[in-house]
Amino acid sequence: MPFHSILFEKETVLQETNQPPACLGDLNLDQVIDAVTAKKEEYDLKPFFYAPLADAEIIRYRQEIGRDLQNPAWMAQVKAFAEQMASARRSLKLSEKLDYEYHKKGWYLEAALTYCRAVGSLAEALQATSLQSRGFQGLREYVLGYVHSPVFRALDEEARRVRAGLADVKYNILIQSGRFSVRKYEDEADYSLEVEKTFAKFKQGAAKDYRVSLYTGKGMNHIEAQILNFVVRLYPEPFAALDAFCEHHPAFLDEPLAAFDREVQFYVSYFDSIAALQEEKGLPFCFPAISAGREVEARQAFDLALAGSLRFEATPLILNDFELSGAERIIVVTGPNQGGKTTFARMFAQLHYLAALGLPVPGRSARLALFDRILTHFERQEDIRSLRGKLQDDLVRIHDLLAQATPRSIVILNEIFSSTTLKDALFLSQAIMTRLLELDALGVWVTFLDELASFSEKTVSMVSAVSPENPAERTFRIVRRPADGLAYALSLAEKHRLTRGDILERIRP
Amino acid sequence: MNVFLMYPDRDYDPRAPLPVNEADLTQDLALGTLFQAMAQGDKFLFETARQAILTGVEDLEALRYRQEVLKDCLKNPAVVRALYQIPIDSIQNKQRHWLGIFSRYPAGILSSAVEMLEMFVGLLRRLRQIAAEHADDFESAGFRRFFAMIEQELDEAYFAEIEAHLRQLRFRDGVLVSAELGAGNEGTNYVLRKPNPPEGPLVKRLLKRKSPVYSYTLHPRDDHGARALGELRDRGLNLVANAAAQSADHIDGFLTTLRQELAFYIGGLNLYEQLTGLGQPVAFPEARPSEERRHDFHGLYDVCLALTMKKRVVSNEGNADGKDLVMITGANQGGKSTFLRSIGLAQVMMQAGLFVPAERFTANLCSGVFTHYRREEDASMKSGKLDEELKRMSEIVDHLRPHALVLFNESFAATNEREGSEIARQVVDALLERRIKVFFVTHQYELAHGYYARALPNALFLRAERQADGSRTYKVRPGEPLPTSHGEDVYRKVFGRQEA
Repeated sequence: MPFHSILFEKETVLQETNQPPACLGDLNLDQVIDAVTAKKEEYDLKPFFYAPLADAEIIRYRQEIGRDLQNPAWMAQVKAFAEQMASARRSLKLSEKLDYEYHKKGWYLEAALTYCRAVGSLAEALQATSLQSRGFQGLREYVLGYVHSPVFRALDEEARRVRAGLADVKYNILIQSGRFSVRKYEDEADYSLEVEKTFAKFKQGAAKDYRVSLYTGKGMNHIEAQILNFVVRLYPEPFAALDAFCEHHPAFLDEPLAAFDREVQFYVSYFDSIAALQEEKGLPFCFPAISAGREVEARQAFDLALAGSLRFEATPLILNDFELSGAERIIVVTGPNQGGKTTFARMFAQLHYLAALGLPVPGRSARLALFDRILTHFERQEDIRSLRGKLQDDLVRIHDLLAQATPRSIVILNEIFSSTTLKDALFLSQAIMTRLLELDALGVWVTFLDELASFSEKTVSMVSAVSPENPAERTFRIVRRPADGLAYALSLAEKHRLTRGDILERIRP
Repeated sequence: MNVFLMYPDRDYDPRAPLPVNEADLTQDLALGTLFQAMAQGDKFLFETARQAILTGVEDLEALRYRQEVLKDCLKNPAVVRALYQIPIDSIQNKQRHWLGIFSRYPAGILSSAVEMLEMFVGLLRRLRQIAAEHADDFESAGFRRFFAMIEQELDEAYFAEIEAHLRQLRFRDGVLVSAELGAGNEGTNYVLRKPNPPEGPLVKRLLKRKSPVYSYTLHPRDDHGARALGELRDRGLNLVANAAAQSADHIDGFLTTLRQELAFYIGGLNLYEQLTGLGQPVAFPEARPSEERRHDFHGLYDVCLALTMKKRVVSNEGNADGKDLVMITGANQGGKSTFLRSIGLAQVMMQAGLFVPAERFTANLCSGVFTHYRREEDASMKSGKLDEELKRMSEIVDHLRPHALVLFNESFAATNEREGSEIARQVVDALLERRIKVFFVTHQYELAHGYYARALPNALFLRAERQADGSRTYKVRPGEPLPTSHGEDVYRKVFGRQEA
């Protein structure tokens, strides 16, 4: 099969959009993607991150590529290629903007030389590295064909020859007041060295450096341009060769290679940003298995956005597990506030989203399901412009959500109906739950209603755990166990000496 | 080129760290008076004296090297002062003519550097002149090496070479720069070149010239072009400006070192002239290795007391050869403290390489002089007095090494005599065991007598003399500790008349 793209095995037209899927904000994945792509804006990578895949085969194609990139030596080669390509593009852009003919042509030649070096080293590295993925094997075949093509070889050879001719040029400038003259260099001695030698006997240890770092910005003023004109007259041949080169090669960038250069940054940018978490914090990442059905599980998983924001803090990140097997579809999370429930819900969806991009997910191991969309409902600030009350607002949003949901959707609900009475909230929640379970969608529902946790055999109860020694301390561990708000409430009461016994003791008859 | 007048093989480091106890040492030995006498109002001489005396040498060879140099100075004061004037003039010239390298442009750096180098050449010629005229009057290894180096390195040919450079560095014929083509055909590798000397007769040269020359003259109003040409010139001059500026710095550094190292000896000269003016004797001490235990002195006096009183003061003689402990007891106001200070002063002066205030003085070197004196009570101090003393003692112990010298003056007396004596005994026994030499002034009979009773072969007991009539000679002489310090004598001296 001919090499098509490092992102898709087969000819695929990706409708690139800079509009993120609606769920990203609630999942904090917008922060993650912003951070991942921050230093790579020139590549315009966000559209790739905004397009999760629903095809297990393409996901596997990308996972293979990702595994190859876990070889540090190969990753370094890919990055080196990117750097050289970026440098070639900069030279090319510069050349377009310049005014003086041989200055312009000089930078064009420089761009071509850098490009040839980039392609040459990539070809060498592809041959020297053992690569398992279909993607990189296809790329290898393509690049080797390209470097041996007459087009590329002609470009490479001529560029080197022209540059060598120019590098041999050496000239003298005699600078006087208001005038200068240019002629060939004739083996005059380095005068600075002579001065240094004369005074060397006074040298005592290290000396202050008086060298001025003179501005060496690219560009040429009319004096330098005039000098270059004189140099062209002193050495006409190498410049004639440069003219010929520019005529022979009016363009040189190979389109599929340029596309590869951009697309491979999708992997590089993500791997770079998780590398810091892996190395500094020892956090696990894995390539998830793709579940054929609706059963999912993950071990030692975590919220990637939270991990990123805790990167420079000592606070340890708590890793959590989840599992839905058999008929189980919805995880109902209850427990104390600030206990990590919302983080857990986000994590569940994040893992699925990242898996669908074909990337490693934040966790020790995972088996995840494909989905058509991720639908989220997180509590919003009351919108004063909305004429509806908050409860009605909630219900309208839920209604829209359920209208979009299919059996292949993932639904994340976070503390809905918190603005109504317990009785109403229970009634409404049970009604919604019934519809969700009928739909058979996967999801997580964070709620303060213990009753929901044991709704049916399709719901799984998980609780944010408290530390037995100090009930007020959050462990941020979410564990699979029946919802029993009582244990926590009792321990908190003890801490404040408000248990029955405490109160009887404090209030003497 | 190295000055090497303080050490035979290295520069003197004026920023070497001072011993941690420098403040105590300065206060307890009244070193300020000594520094002032050496400085004669000159701040730099003061700092040099202070630094050199507080960081003496422990190496016998280096010490003798300095003593020899100082002897030469005492013999040739006028020549040494004339030498010292050279770096002083350099500083004054720099100030008067605003010389210095402050520019941010290579052309500016270069012209400042050339001006400084021209000024230095004059001073180096004077240095060379002094060497040529007076080198034979000096005998020390330090000065002989120094003068030989000057005569060898700064010969006429060398001055001619420098002056040729200084003319060339004005670049009256323009700046010749070679360059190559870098990325984008932009000029790179700018290297300043020395024009090739013309070869053979004119005709031959004209025939030989291969390269055509293309010239361009800027329009007089082309300011942008003039600036660009200036930048190019700066690119060419960058390295040579650096070389010239560093050379100027190096010569400046050489003169600074010369000033630094001579300053110590100028201080010695000043001190010598004052003491001999007071009719006080001075002697070059015989320093012995630190492992030995020697203290043999004759006519030893407190140099600071002499300088303060501006007259001859009482001196002491004694022999503590083979002794690790010298315990001084006796009459109040009998000269115990003065004697203790004279021991400390002689030691630090000897180790700096100076002469000592005595007719004759032999002592072993030590690995550091420490003083533990009773202090006035500090109102702000939270801890008690004994607590404060013990804290200071503990700090000293942190820094003690074998063969150090510790001077105690009425230490550990801020409690009752039995406790104080016991603490002192614990401390002193440990120090002696660690081969540390101890001079201990005390009026605590229990402490002094305790050691006397032990009849240690390495202990010497001195007593401040009191005449039978109660008057003091302010001399210390060998003698067993007495149960009274004759405080009533002092009491009577102060109150006597009124009582009567």
